[in-house]
Amino acid sequence: MLSVALRHRFPGFALDAAFDAPAGITALFGRSGSGKTTIVNAVAGLLRPDHGRIVVDGRVLTDSAAGVMVPVRSRRIGYVFQDARLFPHMTVRRNLAYGTRFAPPGATGPSGGEVVEMLGIGRLLDRRPALLSGGEKARVAIGRALLSRPRLLILDEPLASLDAARRAEILPYVESLRDRTGIPVLYISHAISEVARLATTLVLIDAGRVTRAGALEDLLSDPASAALLDPDEVGAVLPGIIAAHEPDGLARIATAAGDLLVPGLAAPVGRALRLRIRAAEVIVSLAPPQDSSVLNVLPVTVARIEGEGATVLVQLRLHGGAALLARITQRSVDALRLAPGVRCHATVKSAGLVQGAG
Amino acid sequence: MLQALADWLGPDGTTALLLSLKVSLWATMASLPPGILCALVLARGRFWGHGLLNGLVHLPLILPPVVTGYLLLVIMGRRGPVGAWLEQAFGIVFAFRWTGAALAAAVMAFPLLVRAIRLAIEAVDPRLEDAAATLGAPRAAVFATVTLPLILPGIIAGAVLAFAKSMGEFGATITFVSNIPGQTQTLPSAIYTALQVPGQGETVARLAALSIAVALVALGVAEWLSRAVARRIAGR
Repeated sequence: MLSVALRHRFPGFALDAAFDAPAGITALFGRSGSGKTTIVNAVAGLLRPDHGRIVVDGRVLTDSAAGVMVPVRSRRIGYVFQDARLFPHMTVRRNLAYGTRFAPPGATGPSGGEVVEMLGIGRLLDRRPALLSGGEKARVAIGRALLSRPRLLILDEPLASLDAARRAEILPYVESLRDRTGIPVLYISHAISEVARLATTLVLIDAGRVTRAGALEDLLSDPASAALLDPDEVGAVLPGIIAAHEPDGLARIATAAGDLLVPGLAAPVGRALRLRIRAAEVIVSLAPPQDSSVLNVLPVTVARIEGEGATVLVQLRLHGGAALLARITQRSVDALRLAPGVRCHATVKSAGLVQGAG
Repeated sequence: MLQALADWLGPDGTTALLLSLKVSLWATMASLPPGILCALVLARGRFWGHGLLNGLVHLPLILPPVVTGYLLLVIMGRRGPVGAWLEQAFGIVFAFRWTGAALAAAVMAFPLLVRAIRLAIEAVDPRLEDAAATLGAPRAAVFATVTLPLILPGIIAGAVLAFAKSMGEFGATITFVSNIPGQTQTLPSAIYTALQVPGQGETVARLAALSIAVALVALGVAEWLSRAVARRIAGR
């Protein structure tokens, strides 16, 4: 558990942020220049804040009131920098060994062999960093940080410099980091698709302040916090399990709100995953649609309607307590007489489902 | 081959060459630790007096060498404040000894040494040192495992330049320790002496050719090593 409260003033920029990060991946999400890296630099001890208190697992690392400032090397916070920062004069093997070298003798964590296997970097061991691709560098940097046996791992946009294909290549490694090591992670990102796939907790940062913080699923299905995100990317996340692969190629995903059918999913039955349902691809109707091509229809109750202008965001409560978001026009709201409490049906096009293991 | 070189230079020339090599080697080796420290402080330090220290280090480059030699004589001579104390406390004497020639050469070469090392330090990304600290490395270990290996070619290049400069130092040396054959007569002093004597034209030419060769080799080595810095930091 990490607890952060910071106030710091730069010329032309003021940071005033406080949040808690429980186990799992906590995503710090915000635009470039919103202060995310400043926050994690303070957590790592690379920045001494004007005022602040940072506590990891009950150990006070920074406390300006008490004059506590634990040096960077004693904090045991693994930091995967945006630019990897591998040591150029060392091979990958020696970079990894550097993490192990200063780890406290009693600390537990994955072994070198496990890390190499988990990150798929076995064949890179004898290369120099200059000869690695961006994705390979990111993986080696993650491995090096893991081997220092950190209490907390910071990943500062490790995928920012990568193209979409490379990102897709790294995401499973970050997922297995979350699922196999149990080390709490602070994950900085400005890509909501990454965050929706990886994070357990979401902290929204804007202009040096925390605008919202909470469980990822709650925040992404909340119209008020969704208003802070890119309108095209807004959408709820629904956890599910692959229940069956149908003979026609569709996978049946069991969720608390009912089964959904998704095409093109190869993962085995029993695999947990997250379905991201974009608000723009949810259709609301009073009666279940008939003679329609859609496969996924869920009974819902309107919980909230937020927004002004031609389109609004509607929060739709599902059975089991989770919620969806739908972006529809104000005209439709009026025509269907939608209001909190109204029972209706949410139709989700299969193509609107984006999955990630989780 | 060495014997042939000794024959070619003559006994006085050979003595001067050997003395010059000894003086330059000592001057270079002894000024490396303070040189590295000074370069680190100038490259990384932000403190009051930064400009003053920088000026002081570079002063021998600008002052007439005879003035540097005079200052050394005043300060480090047997009656000078530091020189007298060193003799009393440690029995170290600089004035009119080969050690004095090494000191004069070290002072004159110091700006070149510091400059080369400082450039190498400034080329190292301090964020790599931050990364090492996040991995738990103490400050001294960060320097030994990250900073030092990355600047090592720069240190060697600086040392080569300092050595070459020491081999050629004349003005401050002759002012501080005079020109005593076998004691303080370095290669440039030997050339100067030979120039005073009629009919020594060939000796002068040989010693001068040797000086030019030493300088060229040193410059070549320094150039090659400074390229190695860039390669090493780029990791290729």
